[in-house]
Amino acid sequence: MKKKILFSLKSPYREQLDVIGYKFGHGHKSIAIVGALRGNEIQQMYVCSRMIQELKKLESEGKILEECEILVIPCVNYYSMNLGKRFWTMDNTDINRMFPGYNLGETTQRIADGLFTKLQGYEYGIQLASFYQPGNFLPHVKIMDTGFTNAEIMKDFGLQFGIIRKPRPYDTTTLNYNWQIWETKAFSVYANATDNIDKKSADESVNAILRFMNNKGVINIKTSPGYITEIINESETQQIQSEAAGIFISLTEVGKIVERGTLIGKIINPFDGEVISEIRSSVSGIIYFEYHSPLINEKTVCFKIIK
Amino acid sequence: MIETIATASLAVNENLNIQKRRIKNGNNKTRLSIVTGTHGDELEGQYLAYMLGKYIDEHIELFDGILDIYPALNPMGIDSITRGIPIFDLDMNRVFPGTKDGTMIEVICSSIIDDLSGSDVCIDIHASNIFLKEIPQIRMSVPTADTLLPYAKMLNVDFVWVHESATVLESTLAHTLNKIGTKTLVVEMGVGMRITKEYCQQLFDGILNLMKSLKMWKGETNSIREPIISIDHEVGFVNSDAAGIFIPFSKFGDIVKKGDHIGDVVDPLTSKIVEKIKAVCDGMIFTLREYPVVYGGSLLARILEPVKGGDTE
Repeated sequence: MKKKILFSLKSPYREQLDVIGYKFGHGHKSIAIVGALRGNEIQQMYVCSRMIQELKKLESEGKILEECEILVIPCVNYYSMNLGKRFWTMDNTDINRMFPGYNLGETTQRIADGLFTKLQGYEYGIQLASFYQPGNFLPHVKIMDTGFTNAEIMKDFGLQFGIIRKPRPYDTTTLNYNWQIWETKAFSVYANATDNIDKKSADESVNAILRFMNNKGVINIKTSPGYITEIINESETQQIQSEAAGIFISLTEVGKIVERGTLIGKIINPFDGEVISEIRSSVSGIIYFEYHSPLINEKTVCFKIIK
Repeated sequence: MIETIATASLAVNENLNIQKRRIKNGNNKTRLSIVTGTHGDELEGQYLAYMLGKYIDEHIELFDGILDIYPALNPMGIDSITRGIPIFDLDMNRVFPGTKDGTMIEVICSSIIDDLSGSDVCIDIHASNIFLKEIPQIRMSVPTADTLLPYAKMLNVDFVWVHESATVLESTLAHTLNKIGTKTLVVEMGVGMRITKEYCQQLFDGILNLMKSLKMWKGETNSIREPIISIDHEVGFVNSDAAGIFIPFSKFGDIVKKGDHIGDVVDPLTSKIVEKIKAVCDGMIFTLREYPVVYGGSLLARILEPVKGGDTE
């Protein structure tokens, strides 16, 4: 393993920001894995740290194949992580809305450029991604439908679901989108939590990434078989929104199979405790997203169900 | 008449309401919409909304048409000095056109578009953020320039910046409205979290002038300035390479030559100059950094180059 500083940025009042990469093996740029681009992506950093532990072991056992190089970047925006902020400390911009970056541009454009320069040329790219709303996900893998990556490759992760997302205009400046445009087959792995550590989902994500590496001939190990991945379009998933605002109480959890009409949550008046809305599943399927903040506004996605 | 054009329940005993005020007089059906407060840290439009509504109220007999004023598209942002939508950390100007069956903010954005569509002209007023001060200017993308330039010239701004279109900007209010045929001009002026009264007055004069040309205003108007239009000019960007405190030597609106020493980035700990900032081209400084703390990459100034072979106007 080689630990290298990939990009540095001086700060007027803090120690220099050093984006650190951990390289394993050498030769063909096989896989790059990126963790926290945002300051609250603790789980994403944790999954990368676990990958580094696994890869160190595999390297010492000679199980990384010849001519395969793996790069893991656990955390880019630790400046914000140390302050408890999601976006860039000073101007609140999102590094994951600055790709491919610009080396003469604004600070986060320069960070994105410095990072992206080092991420180009890899055959596969994996980003540990998070969702902007507070909630729990069933671990799954997602691709942006740019036409450059074959969705079937998602099956090599052996996660229960592979989801295809049609990019919206604001997606065109994300790492995942730009990776694909620059000919890296890019995937986002959602490891349930964001600002807390969910060990079980982290285990599942680590196993899925190892399984993917094994299937792609980058490492040579025995992995658990995983799921036969079901590939679906994001537009086919059923979103269930709150019809009222108040205190949100979930009566289910991610991974549960529900029938149409099942009571899966309720919203109570925050002052007098009266139930003001019952949330029922509008379809039969499996819960793959569950909102988890105690307070909820009207028209907030509280569950997503794969039919 | 004050109307709530979108509403949604918040978690604890409160509704999020987006309001507009309609001033209507006479028989002219021409409708001008003034919209502002999309970014909660931009307040220049707040004063302009106040002064425009007050002036029309006081001279209603000279007004013929429909004026809709939307002072706060993002009221929670303004309330909490937050640029985006506070709960979601989302930039509202990246959510348009929204959807009717989407999340709370998507539904609100969709209702805003429904309400604004059909305006004859819409003016979307932004200030800069807290970091930069901007000369009063209108920005538009190349594909909309033919339609919008004649209106931009009426608005008494100093500068019209016609820029290349970017996919990411397709989620803005202005792009969405222009795409459906509602002519929308984006004004940028001043600085975040502050009100610059002279800029508000300048744009106010421009809006009255526009209303006169739309036959909505029968009263007097002040003479207006001819804006510089960027099509014939280049814009030079001055970014810091060092981290420290930016001390400008040039002022906003100064005419500079390439290589002129326009400021320093200094280190308060070592008392050293860490970077001498030079003008990247000849021209007029139309953007200047207000917030002193800088990182590598922080934008310090924008300079409008003169027409090739000519002087800066």
